[in-house]
Amino acid sequence: MIHIKRLQEDGADVIALIGEIDASSSIELDLSIAKSVGEGFKKILVDCSALEYISSAGLGVFMSYIEEFKDRNIKMVLFGMSDKVANTFSILGLNELLQIGKDKVQAKQLINEV
Amino acid sequence: MKYKYKYKVGCSIENLKGVRDFIRGSLKNHDIPDLQISEIVLALDEMCSNLMIHAHHCNNEDLFELIINVENNSPLVFEIIDDGTVFDINEFSTPAIDNIIHEKRKGGLGIRLVKSIMDKVEYQKTSEHTICRLVKTIRK
Repeated sequence: MIHIKRLQEDGADVIALIGEIDASSSIELDLSIAKSVGEGFKKILVDCSALEYISSAGLGVFMSYIEEFKDRNIKMVLFGMSDKVANTFSILGLNELLQIGKDKVQAKQLINEV
Repeated sequence: MKYKYKYKVGCSIENLKGVRDFIRGSLKNHDIPDLQISEIVLALDEMCSNLMIHAHHCNNEDLFELIINVENNSPLVFEIIDDGTVFDINEFSTPAIDNIIHEKRKGGLGIRLVKSIMDKVEYQKTSEHTICRLVKTIRK
């Protein structure tokens, strides 16, 4: 079960993930990122501080946007992960492929880098 | 001491949360580091969701059983017992991460995860069941 909240801050779309993302709920993550892109945001911050669990279905959603974001010059930074969630990303080396900040302050610095 | 935990579940992916809670609950009192419990949950969630989606098309009337065997000073043994089609992850090649990105695939990562987390994944077929057995040694 996942709740997703969106709010806008300093020109960035902040997507907050609350709960667990698995095969039954990854579609909601996909839809909210697609919505953000559809609304024209070039900076997307994903707040993972209340994300308790993510399965490969959720990881796959982030992976599926990597090339599109590169082509369209959209920046996405994830932040606030617990050790368990961060470990899930690092098992597959996705921490090297996605931009991940420690907290919102660091995530904003990363997203504003040219 | 040997402990055995059993959980029978229908093949709707809505049941994955219950599967994860069962695994966490079964392992929590066995002195297993939290991070390794979370890795095991991840791998078994993957195996169960593959089975539910690919072998049973999310039909909640199809049931399978997950058994967790815990024994002091031995690797953990997980068994997924199903009477349906075999979904043998050893027959699937693990896609390279670059290909997953390039093809915008949302699948393929899970098999990598299971193979990274578990020491061994093997299948046994009896006349009535298919048993997928996963083995994991705990690092303390």
